[in-house]
Amino acid sequence: MSDSKSVKMHYDVAGDDFDRAGEASAGLKRLLQKIGVPADIIRRIAIGTYEAEMNVIIHAGGGQVDAEIFPEETVVYIADQGPGIPDIKLAMQEGWSTAPDHVRQMGFGAGMGLPNMMKCSDDFDIQSTVGSGTNIKMKFKHISEDL
Amino acid sequence: MAGGYFHSIRLLRSQCQGCVTCVKACPTEAIRVRNGKAELIEARCIDCGECLRRCGYHAIVAETDKLEETEQFKYNIALPPPSLYAQFPPETSAAAIWEGLHRLGFDEIFDVAVASEYISLEIAAYLKNYNGGRKPLISCTCPAVLRLIQVKFPELIKQVVPVLPPTEAAAIYVKNEVMQRTGLKSEEIGVWFIAPCPSKNANIRQSVDVRHTQINGSLSISEIYGKILKIMGGEIQPDKKVTAGSSYGMSWGSYGGELEAAGIENGLAVHGINDVYDVLEQISLNKMRDVDYVECSACSGGCIGGPLTAENKFVAEKNLKLRLSIMRQNEPDDRLATMAQSMICEDFPKSASYVKKLIPRPMMQLDDDILEAMKKFEKMEEVLRSLPGLDCGACGAPSCQCLAEDIVQGKANEIDCIFKLRSSVKRLAHGMLELAKQIPIASEPEEELREDGESDAST
Repeated sequence: MSDSKSVKMHYDVAGDDFDRAGEASAGLKRLLQKIGVPADIIRRIAIGTYEAEMNVIIHAGGGQVDAEIFPEETVVYIADQGPGIPDIKLAMQEGWSTAPDHVRQMGFGAGMGLPNMMKCSDDFDIQSTVGSGTNIKMKFKHISEDL
Repeated sequence: MAGGYFHSIRLLRSQCQGCVTCVKACPTEAIRVRNGKAELIEARCIDCGECLRRCGYHAIVAETDKLEETEQFKYNIALPPPSLYAQFPPETSAAAIWEGLHRLGFDEIFDVAVASEYISLEIAAYLKNYNGGRKPLISCTCPAVLRLIQVKFPELIKQVVPVLPPTEAAAIYVKNEVMQRTGLKSEEIGVWFIAPCPSKNANIRQSVDVRHTQINGSLSISEIYGKILKIMGGEIQPDKKVTAGSSYGMSWGSYGGELEAAGIENGLAVHGINDVYDVLEQISLNKMRDVDYVECSACSGGCIGGPLTAENKFVAEKNLKLRLSIMRQNEPDDRLATMAQSMICEDFPKSASYVKKLIPRPMMQLDDDILEAMKKFEKMEEVLRSLPGLDCGACGAPSCQCLAEDIVQGKANEIDCIFKLRSSVKRLAHGMLELAKQIPIASEPEEELREDGESDAST
């Protein structure tokens, strides 16, 4: 590893695979626990990553979750090569969703994914190109609020 | 109380065969076999009793109190939980069980079920007034689950309902009431819980959620049950004080009972430590935010499935169900009206004055220093890649991942892995053979050398 002050993690997320949904977030959570990041921060990271992971599974037909953990912050990158989001502003509104009915019946697709990711993270960036995919970057500072 | 933790679980070295059944069964990876004997990692154990349940050599026991200890007290009170009644068929009347307890030396009986009814209403009220915080709320009644949350899910502490476990509430109330009624001093009164599990006992000795316990000790159901069977007969005399619960408090003994008594519809009854673990993991990821309340019991079936019970848990479940339906024949149709009939204790303790905040007990991190932990993590991953990934347990750790962690922490060695050891031996053997070939011929007796040469050629 070139930079000795960070630890990296990579997960491939398969599209439409609800059985394995949450594996990347759970794996990242365990890693963060080993490193000793405060529990409330871990939870925000795990929730944010889980929402992103679900989006990749539901909408994009698969993608990649990468995380880099530094002593003072964690950065999570979620990339997919799916259809992309035509209007990001619209997609950021709570309740807006393009999830198909069968997915909503499973309790997903309530249109809270992107807003929740933004709420959980300290820094949120989304880039999307129709036809080529979406890239999300979330930063989480390791400053514990309370417990 | 080594390492600052009291555990009810005891590993008996003399009985231990060094198999890794318990190591594999432990939900918090708290056991290792070292030098052929199972050892407990105190900081990780949650006293759930899974190891005790699985050990085939009776090498794991739960430390509980002995009946003789009641002799130190002038006045003894038994706190029987619903799971005690579930050991007996429904034809055995409650009064006969009470008489059994009375003949064993208990002066008074107070059903934990009565306290469960008060606590049920507190839970319902807390849920009703809970606004804005994360859901679901999580039950506080199983001490093993509370400890699991402390060590593995500290982020969920805020979701645990801050109410007293019924056993503790019962003890606080009854001790105080007996002192006032009889004029006896606190130290003259013994309050004894009849326990279905080791975790309740551990929580009495070292409570994670109650400020000052009023329970003097716990006797296991498995011990008391046999004694009651031998001694019982007839029914308890009317002058002996018994405070009995209704069918709703009694329903707490089996899974789903807490939800029923508290009148919670949008709730889950999760039981069995592995299922509890999975559900807590999902709650942590916010997957279950639409659920109001989760009742969690470490034992499959609920408290009736406790490792210190006597009867098979399915039989016990049936016994309890039938007992409840008989009780309901004589109770009002309405839940609250039924509970009101047994909730006649004046000044029953309110949880808020007695509950203390759960403290996180994280044990996952590799080092207190984050940079050091990161270094150890990378080293651990490297070691893990070199291990076979079979999770065979022969090294004494439950998985290759755990062995890698133990190695990085300096608590184990790479050649504890038998596959690593095998390849080391092979490498060494090859090395020896190479060396043997280089031994000058002149220095060896001819005969032996010929023998070596022959065996070499034949292999």
